[in-house]
Amino acid sequence: MFVPLSWLDRYIDGGVRERDYAERFILSGSNIEQVHVTGGDEIRGVVLGKLLDVRPHPDSDHLVICAADVGAASEAGRPLQIVTGASNVKTGQYVPVVMHGGVCAGGLKIKKGKLRGEMSEGMLCSAQELGFDDKVVPLMHKDGIWILPEEFRRDELIGADVLEVLGLRGAETIEFEITPNRPDCLSVLGIAREFAAVYDRKLLYPETLERNGADAGYPAEPAAEDFIRVEIAKPELCGRYIARVATDIVIKESPWPMQRSLMLAGMRPINNIVDITNFVMLELGHPIHAFDIRQIEGGVIRVDTAADGERFVTLDGQERTLFSDTLMIKDGVKAVAAAGIMGGLNSEIREDTATILIEAASFDADCVRRTSKKLGIRSEASARYEKGVPAELSRLASDRVCALIRETGAGRVLAGAADAYPVRTTPPAIPVRTARVNAVLGTDIAEEEMKGFLRRLEMVVSGAAEAGVFEVTPPYVRLDVKEEIDVVEEVARIYGYDVLDTTIHADTILASASKSWTSRDLARAALTGYGLSEIQTYSFVAPAGAALIGAGEDPAKTDFVRLINPLGEENSVMRTTLLPGMLAVLAHNFNHSSANAEIFEIGNTFHSLGENALPREELSLCLGIYGERGDFFFVKAVIEKLFAKLGIKEPLWEAEENDPSYHPGRCARVFAPADEPILIGTVGEIHPDTAARFDIDSRIFAAELSFDKIAELADTRRAYTPLRRYPAVLRDLALLAAEETTVFQIESVVRAKGGGILESVRLFDVYRGKQVPEGKKSLAFNLTFRGRDRTLTDEEVAKAIQKILKGLEEEAGAILRDS
Amino acid sequence: MKKAEEIFAEAKGLIERAADPAAIEELRIRYLGKKGEVTQILKGMGQLAPEERKEFGMKVNRIKADVEGLIEDKKRGFEQAGRSLRLAAEKIDVTEPGRDVPAGTKHMITITIDEISGIFMNMGYSVTEGPEVETVFHNFDALNAAPNHPSRELTDTFYITENTLLRTQTSPVQVRTLLSQAPPVKVVSPGRCFRTDTPDATHSPMFHQIEGLLVDEGVRMTDLKGTLDLFAKRMFGEGVRTKFRPHFFPFTEPSAEMDMSCFVCGGEDPSCRVCKGSGWIEILGCGMVHPNVLKVGGIDTERYTGFAFGMGVERIAMLKHGIDDIRLFYENDLRFVQQFYG
Repeated sequence: MFVPLSWLDRYIDGGVRERDYAERFILSGSNIEQVHVTGGDEIRGVVLGKLLDVRPHPDSDHLVICAADVGAASEAGRPLQIVTGASNVKTGQYVPVVMHGGVCAGGLKIKKGKLRGEMSEGMLCSAQELGFDDKVVPLMHKDGIWILPEEFRRDELIGADVLEVLGLRGAETIEFEITPNRPDCLSVLGIAREFAAVYDRKLLYPETLERNGADAGYPAEPAAEDFIRVEIAKPELCGRYIARVATDIVIKESPWPMQRSLMLAGMRPINNIVDITNFVMLELGHPIHAFDIRQIEGGVIRVDTAADGERFVTLDGQERTLFSDTLMIKDGVKAVAAAGIMGGLNSEIREDTATILIEAASFDADCVRRTSKKLGIRSEASARYEKGVPAELSRLASDRVCALIRETGAGRVLAGAADAYPVRTTPPAIPVRTARVNAVLGTDIAEEEMKGFLRRLEMVVSGAAEAGVFEVTPPYVRLDVKEEIDVVEEVARIYGYDVLDTTIHADTILASASKSWTSRDLARAALTGYGLSEIQTYSFVAPAGAALIGAGEDPAKTDFVRLINPLGEENSVMRTTLLPGMLAVLAHNFNHSSANAEIFEIGNTFHSLGENALPREELSLCLGIYGERGDFFFVKAVIEKLFAKLGIKEPLWEAEENDPSYHPGRCARVFAPADEPILIGTVGEIHPDTAARFDIDSRIFAAELSFDKIAELADTRRAYTPLRRYPAVLRDLALLAAEETTVFQIESVVRAKGGGILESVRLFDVYRGKQVPEGKKSLAFNLTFRGRDRTLTDEEVAKAIQKILKGLEEEAGAILRDS
Repeated sequence: MKKAEEIFAEAKGLIERAADPAAIEELRIRYLGKKGEVTQILKGMGQLAPEERKEFGMKVNRIKADVEGLIEDKKRGFEQAGRSLRLAAEKIDVTEPGRDVPAGTKHMITITIDEISGIFMNMGYSVTEGPEVETVFHNFDALNAAPNHPSRELTDTFYITENTLLRTQTSPVQVRTLLSQAPPVKVVSPGRCFRTDTPDATHSPMFHQIEGLLVDEGVRMTDLKGTLDLFAKRMFGEGVRTKFRPHFFPFTEPSAEMDMSCFVCGGEDPSCRVCKGSGWIEILGCGMVHPNVLKVGGIDTERYTGFAFGMGVERIAMLKHGIDDIRLFYENDLRFVQQFYG
């Protein structure tokens, strides 16, 4: 909301004189985004001039040579010769002239010089060059020189500082951030009401004749009711409709003060009638519409819904198709406006309009919002109706339009009004307990002081039967004040949030966190300790990602939770796996010449449980590695270390040949714990086809594990194992086994046969090649034997070894290599 | 045969002049070995009269011990000299680079969430989490959002179905907590949120918030101010000041936004990039929990009051570390990620 300070000033008794208006105003909730200054100090040397002559430039078709009288401002004491390219200049006009050495908005400095051989001693300038935005400059001057309004076509003003004359020198416009609960502040009067409350000043209402006595000053005959009657067919959608009539309308440019107010507030002046409706909308926050009464047939305004599929041309010339819930303003025969949104082309104000019907109505907020969306039209009016325009305000708005028509001589207002007001709304009387207000705020404000704050906000405060309770009736514009807690906020705002103490609530509540949270904490600490870095990728992804990792046919990865309104295909489904995101990040880093990447992500995956249920969200841990340490067994070691850190015992590894994301010979599924194994996830080298689809020319190693399962299994309790005091006996076994025989099979046999004295078995070498027959491999293990309660004898160990070797031969087809 | 004293004098001289450990070893054998000169004298002692033997034996043994001592001293000298030589030869250039120790980093979002939730955990707030896909009820209705509130529109919120959506804030966790737990309730809730913003330097369709909620008997707005002021000081430094401005959130009343004095320039620098010269930085939204929200959880609003607050994690991380583009968080360029080691 843009509020020119000069406009705000009118409604404050004694004027806006607080130079600290920003700070205290902000602290009361009217947050100031910015203060815009029009006609700032940087603009210098621009004076009011009169064009004495305009003649063609001898050497140019699009330039003209003007003689501009700038009076005493001219050093030479004669009119200046100025060459301009603008096509809207004529002899006799009064225009802003930038003198030699003058500066326009934006810092453009003007110097005299020759244009196509003709001397130009300054510049004629546009409204934009004086600092106005394109969108507020009246259309007739938009593409040319600013031809000054009627009030300034006076010779005694020639040579004066044009910004001073126009009242624009240093004009401040405050841009307020208006929260959605305060539509009343989408108006200059609303902001003034806040200002008056904060600074405890008197609010001056805008002038209407009616405030001094009904219909005073307007001719009694004929009355508005003689022209028009109003019928509201849908009172639930239109709470009130007031029609007033003005005759003898002369459409022309508005008086400058009104144009200035509109321009500074960010609105383009159009003509006197449109400007008045816009002025009142900005002043009071109540939209106004004006119809040319010639086009209203049957002397009636009917507020009713449209027929489904009905067509209607709005005043922007577009034909719209209406719906059965579109609220329309109709006359005896046809529709003339889309209620609260936009008027019809058939009844718009034209150059020759002589009699107008002025509409001030209150439409249902939801109805306007819905229709505005369906028709695809958003107007200043609809934006206000959407947030709620109180029916009680319609009367003031209607009266105010009439007062301005009379005041500016735009026409002759008729007495009376066709006022249909089927459902009268009254603001609630809210019981407020002084003690409750103080309890919520932590204050000790006396009841009388509280009441005083509320009265400053135009709330009516009355006593109640009980002590310590009073009743508050908010002004009708404050639709947001409905219950006691709303009044608490009003008291706090005026009292000042900054005045409230700072305290800490005394309690003895202790903090805790879920096992999932603490497990994630531990896992991140462990993984970063092993050298991996954490990434975070979007929860929504491209559905094509599943196919990129070769899982395009996998229902678990393609049964997506889909967004109705994604930003784009690439963010249109919730991820079912972290792997595509991981590979995309590896690709990014690979293509930005990172030699190594060792990364992980912990995040949710989403699995549909059908239309009517929230999806299952499962935390997943994904690892991705390429570069120096890129190796299946590095990833495996990372996972084993992580499991150990989280107290998950003995994971089991099983070759997985059918996961299309991975290399068929270098992939495993991991299970844990050993005694009751459940699947935790998959680990492996990424399939070269998958890597190629991500444009990564390197071996990639990855894993995706269920972090929910990891967290469930995690057990960080640790029990001490007594140290074994007796000496260990070490034996190495070099075995010859078939290529298909896994280390796990051999280890299992060794463990099973080794008995209680076998402390550990560890593979230390794998050899294929010379001296090893084709299809076989040599595996070398360290075995450690140790007695729990005694020193082992050589015989005992030898016996165990024999048993192991026998078992290996029988159960795993492995024999001692040296024998 | 040489006299014992002559042998000692000779041995002493030779030991002193020995050039290396080998020469010393030779001398040890020559004098102290099985056939060594000193040993021989002791062996020849049998020829002496019994009364002379004792005295002579003591004398020769003393000489033997002295020779041994001289040899040991000399040996030790050689060892020390050798070690010094080796140490001198082993000198390294300490300015050569250290060997690479793989050092991973947590993501900046995790680091920030951990820091913020850590501060609140120290004040007794438990960490609790909720789902990213939420119901309209939890995300809007139960939070007192008007049925026609613009944030519910398809233009603001990602929907899955008519009744489910990607949560636009972490506030629905408040609702879940109030529905599942009787007061006192004291939680912070970090997590991902989603809004239909097209990515640019300051917008991301996915971002993180941390929500906080305290509901207990006698919770006052002054407690809200005190708690959040303390948080700001812990997070940004003891010197920062805070300012509370009235604002609007459907689920709190009274509502406020908290601004913090600029921790970079302290309001001294009109061209400050962080506060844009205003001296203040908008940091979070907060307020007293609206009675309508407490009622959803079946809480007696006369007995219990509470406050809630919510802040953007990316915003705080960007402010604190001078990061100028929110997209960096989700691009995951390791040159960015690994800047925040530690």
